[in-house]
Amino acid sequence: MSAPNKSYDPVEVEALKPENIERMRDEALAAFAAADSLEALQEAKTAHAGGASPLALANREIGALPPQAKAEAGKRVGQARGAVNKALAVRQAELEAERDARVLVEESVDVTLPYDRVPAGARHPLTTMMERVADVFVSMGYEIAEGPEVEAEWFNFDALNFGPDHPARQMQDTFFVEGPQGPGTTDGESGVVLRTHTSPVQARALLDREPPVYVVCPGRVYRTDELDATHTPVFHQIELLAVDEGLTMADLKGTLDHMVQALFGADMKTRLRPNFFPFTEPSAEMDMLCYVCKGESIGNPDRPCRTCSSEGWIELGGCGMVNPRVLTACGVDPEKYSGFAFGFGIERMLMFRHNVEDMRDMVEGDVRFTRPFGMEI
Amino acid sequence: MRVPLSWLREYVDLPATETGRDVQAKLISAGLEVETVEQLGADLKGPLVVGQVLTIEELEGFKKPIRFCTVDVGQANGTGEPQEIVCGARNFSVGDKVVVVLPGATLPGGFHIAARKTYGKVSHGMICSTDELGMGDDGSHGIIVLPPEHEVGTDAIELLELVDEVLDIAVTPDRGYCLSMRGVARETATAYGLPLRDPALLDVPAPNAFGYPVQITDPRGCDRFTARTVTGIEPETRSPIWLKRRLQKAGMRPISLAVDITNYVMLELGQPLHAYDRTRVQGAIGVRRAEKGEKLTTLDDVTRTLDPEDLVIVDDRGPIGLAGVMGGAHTEIGDGLESHTTEVVIESAHFDPIAIARTARRHKLSSEASRRFERGVDPLAAAAAAQRTVDLLVLLAGGTADAGVTEVVAPSAPATITIPADHPDKVAGMTYGRETVVRRLQEIGCDVYGQDELVVSVPSWRPDLTDPNDLAEEVIRLEGYENLPSTLPRPPAGRGLTPRQRLHRRIGRALAAAGYVEALTYPFMGTAVLDQLNVPADDPRRTLVTLVNPLSDEEPALRTTLLPGLLGALRRNDGRGSHDLALFETGLVFHPKAERSVAGILPVHGRPADEDLATLQAALPDQPKHAAVVLAGAREQAGWWGKGRPSDWADAVEAARILAREAGTELIVRKGQYEPWHPGRCAELLVVLDGEERVIGHAGELHPGVLKTLGLPARTSAMEIDLDALERASAGVPSAPRISAMPVATQDVALVVDQAVPAAEVEAALREGAGELLEAIRLFDVYHNEEQLGDGRKSLAYALRFRAADRTLTADEASAARDAAVATAAERFGAVLRGA
Repeated sequence: MSAPNKSYDPVEVEALKPENIERMRDEALAAFAAADSLEALQEAKTAHAGGASPLALANREIGALPPQAKAEAGKRVGQARGAVNKALAVRQAELEAERDARVLVEESVDVTLPYDRVPAGARHPLTTMMERVADVFVSMGYEIAEGPEVEAEWFNFDALNFGPDHPARQMQDTFFVEGPQGPGTTDGESGVVLRTHTSPVQARALLDREPPVYVVCPGRVYRTDELDATHTPVFHQIELLAVDEGLTMADLKGTLDHMVQALFGADMKTRLRPNFFPFTEPSAEMDMLCYVCKGESIGNPDRPCRTCSSEGWIELGGCGMVNPRVLTACGVDPEKYSGFAFGFGIERMLMFRHNVEDMRDMVEGDVRFTRPFGMEI
Repeated sequence: MRVPLSWLREYVDLPATETGRDVQAKLISAGLEVETVEQLGADLKGPLVVGQVLTIEELEGFKKPIRFCTVDVGQANGTGEPQEIVCGARNFSVGDKVVVVLPGATLPGGFHIAARKTYGKVSHGMICSTDELGMGDDGSHGIIVLPPEHEVGTDAIELLELVDEVLDIAVTPDRGYCLSMRGVARETATAYGLPLRDPALLDVPAPNAFGYPVQITDPRGCDRFTARTVTGIEPETRSPIWLKRRLQKAGMRPISLAVDITNYVMLELGQPLHAYDRTRVQGAIGVRRAEKGEKLTTLDDVTRTLDPEDLVIVDDRGPIGLAGVMGGAHTEIGDGLESHTTEVVIESAHFDPIAIARTARRHKLSSEASRRFERGVDPLAAAAAAQRTVDLLVLLAGGTADAGVTEVVAPSAPATITIPADHPDKVAGMTYGRETVVRRLQEIGCDVYGQDELVVSVPSWRPDLTDPNDLAEEVIRLEGYENLPSTLPRPPAGRGLTPRQRLHRRIGRALAAAGYVEALTYPFMGTAVLDQLNVPADDPRRTLVTLVNPLSDEEPALRTTLLPGLLGALRRNDGRGSHDLALFETGLVFHPKAERSVAGILPVHGRPADEDLATLQAALPDQPKHAAVVLAGAREQAGWWGKGRPSDWADAVEAARILAREAGTELIVRKGQYEPWHPGRCAELLVVLDGEERVIGHAGELHPGVLKTLGLPARTSAMEIDLDALERASAGVPSAPRISAMPVATQDVALVVDQAVPAAEVEAALREGAGELLEAIRLFDVYHNEEQLGDGRKSLAYALRFRAADRTLTADEASAARDAAVATAAERFGAVLRGA
């Protein structure tokens, strides 16, 4: 294009004329300002700040100028390019910020959409209810003791002072297990039953441990009742046994009070009524204050209570001082040790604590019943 | 025991204002389970009067016979004119005295009486039956025909004692004496601090030699027998209204005067009595055990073959009654036209409670008498009861008491118990003091001697009082259980749950967290479901613990697997419209011991010997705890996020892995074959126990045929595992891994192997070959393509992560380790690098 030795007048280089440089700059600034998207800005950038832009081309001409003219032209072009690049950066930042804000708006979702991809599971409320009751005592220092569901009659009855002809033994609606048949056997008698209560675990606990013994025994028990709204042949009990020196009925009362307070609130209490059980003497039926009406529904027709049928008290189960004969049968010296025991049904407690109206709901395994109880109750 | 309050007041002067509910509260706090207080005649309103039937006109042309009557009710209707009443009953005649309810009255059940038109006549009231008046059954179901002496116009509400309160008491086995008015009255008197008029305090003539002969050959079975004779009984005499009413209120049906009297005295004194028609008894009355093969037809017309243990009453010809349970039909007293009884021998005896209980149970024959003898009858009241019966027969039936009084008594001493005077204090945990203790014991009828040591002689009606604690209970209950203090004992510091108990809780939570819902199903099972599950004939799951008395003959045994119950719950849910299901259960299964034995009855007078206790244990079935899951429908639901995923065999296997993780046990999964699973989709679950691999469960998809038979959803999957074995195989406390902060080097390999090669074994080979540098390995793809891979081949793609503890691995090191891993797999399974 230009020959080395040819004299050259910068004024003749059209592109480097000051007014042209200014025009190029202004056109660039206008184009950037006009760009309304990052894409448009990119085009404007190519056109006005790229390698083939007028300013870039002008810049290239500087090299051909005589030395005395280079400095001035270089400065002019440099300033123009600097202004263009700065404007480009500012506009770039502006458009990016706009875009980012827009993306955040566009990415918004309906956070109320349901998400039941894997529906929640749950433990059975009878299981968690038993654990909850047991934990009240575990926190006091009791152990959880367990025993077999298919149990020797001796443990289920005899060790607990139900003699072979004891009327109470007939009151228990017991499932008997078939024994060996054929010659040399006792004709199908097995001496084995499905345990009718968790109380045989008392005897096992006493045989397994040296006193002091403080145990709770939750578990499954069996009676020959047909399933209906209020009965089930297979149900759950929790049993407590404390054997130590000097234990009294007052200790039994205090322990029961503590339990209902832990489960139903600080203002709860229990009531004992005399009753009869072969394995306790003295024996009592235990009631707890109705945790809903707190006894205020008694004789108060304006405030009927569904939970306790306006009785003010809810029957929990049986209790008493361990019959010294039970201690003897288990090798514990009744002269030295005394004890107390109680037991009650978990189904019943679940029914009145959680308004379960039909026993069948607890045995059928319908997921609609169990799910709402979750992991703990 | 049903106790009419009006009758109770005969023995205790209760304040007139005390209601049945008041007495109920007092007796409950004294330890009697008063279940209800029935308000007899609570909504009854007169006029209800005695009337006399004047005329009867039979109305014709209706479907049933109808009578139009005129009845004289005196001035009760205000006019003195005969009352016109339409009546459908026929058991009355002109001249009979009947009970008439007049318009304006209300009968029990809120039944308002008004004059109304019926059968073409206007009926001004009703002639009443016992049912309509709520009087209880008298066997007639007809109109009440009153004895002629009652005057027309008399108020029948009072005459028939229609308004009363009846306490219904569930008597516990230790309080047999409360199966009598006498016993309940004693408790009432003590509860109110009032004196008792003891109805057993009667003048009884001394026994003599000319009473009816009685021979007792088994004095242990019968330690007391009083026989009295009454002659000249007028057979047509009916029981008076008061007697019938008391029986009815107490829940018994009036039958005939003599029978009613024996029942009445039993209710009053608690002593069961029996009256024999003297003309039908031959020779002396005896008491002995039955002879083998002897037969007796009891009053309920059942002919029973007697057991040599049965205690029987006999005459010269053989058994005439099951002692203390039920009399025989042959010597029954009669009041019918064909069999008038005019002479009776009254038996008032005391029998061994155990003998009676066994006989009642053996013959499935529980009677008012046996219920009382089983629970203990006051032997010292026998003579008084006989006397009371004689008195009533003389008074009401016009009989004559025979001078002969037979009394056979086996000698016995009153039972005594020695207790420290502060024993009740120590049991209760509060101080009553000696004076209170003695007073309370005396109130229940004890004689008490001694100062610090009390020698207590218990009353004859309290055979339940045998031990020191029995006396403590009497004191504490009479002082009031409600007055016991509340103290907390201090157990030794505890250790919390055992590892096993913690594991069981953790497993429940882990399965629930994975979306499983717990079901607690019944453990009853039959062989039919095992057939449906295709369980083979020789499978141990078919060896069952069987029940003697199952609820259902279809399910007479205990489960050997949790699946039947759990699948039943699955089907129930499915049928109720819940189709996407994941259920779990943990519970016992029951396997009889190989050597079947009988659990004996050990003594109870001290700790049994360990070897005896071991025999009990040996007779019990094995009862391992199992866990099981069943799945059907979607495991992940479809939704706005995209597609769902059906549950499948892999979920079932994963459930086992969840349990193994919680147990800290290494679980080995292998292809298995086990009913009821799909033979191609069944995993065998193993652990190493005592150095040996042991199968402890199975998981996978269930056999399609089984699903069809059981009506279960297609592709239902299941897992069942022995939790006890899983726990025993636990590695115990986990040891912390060393975590390296050096960079990771990852290498992916795709290996082509035969279809049949299990991925788990390929992985094991890779691990082994890769050596120590391998940090983790993960199978991320399984690819089948016959064209690319060849027939019966598959490609397994693994991501290998290598890392060293002390340095950054070079690419060469990582590649060398990978190559070594691949080499091992190649050597073992002919694995070929894909694309190589």
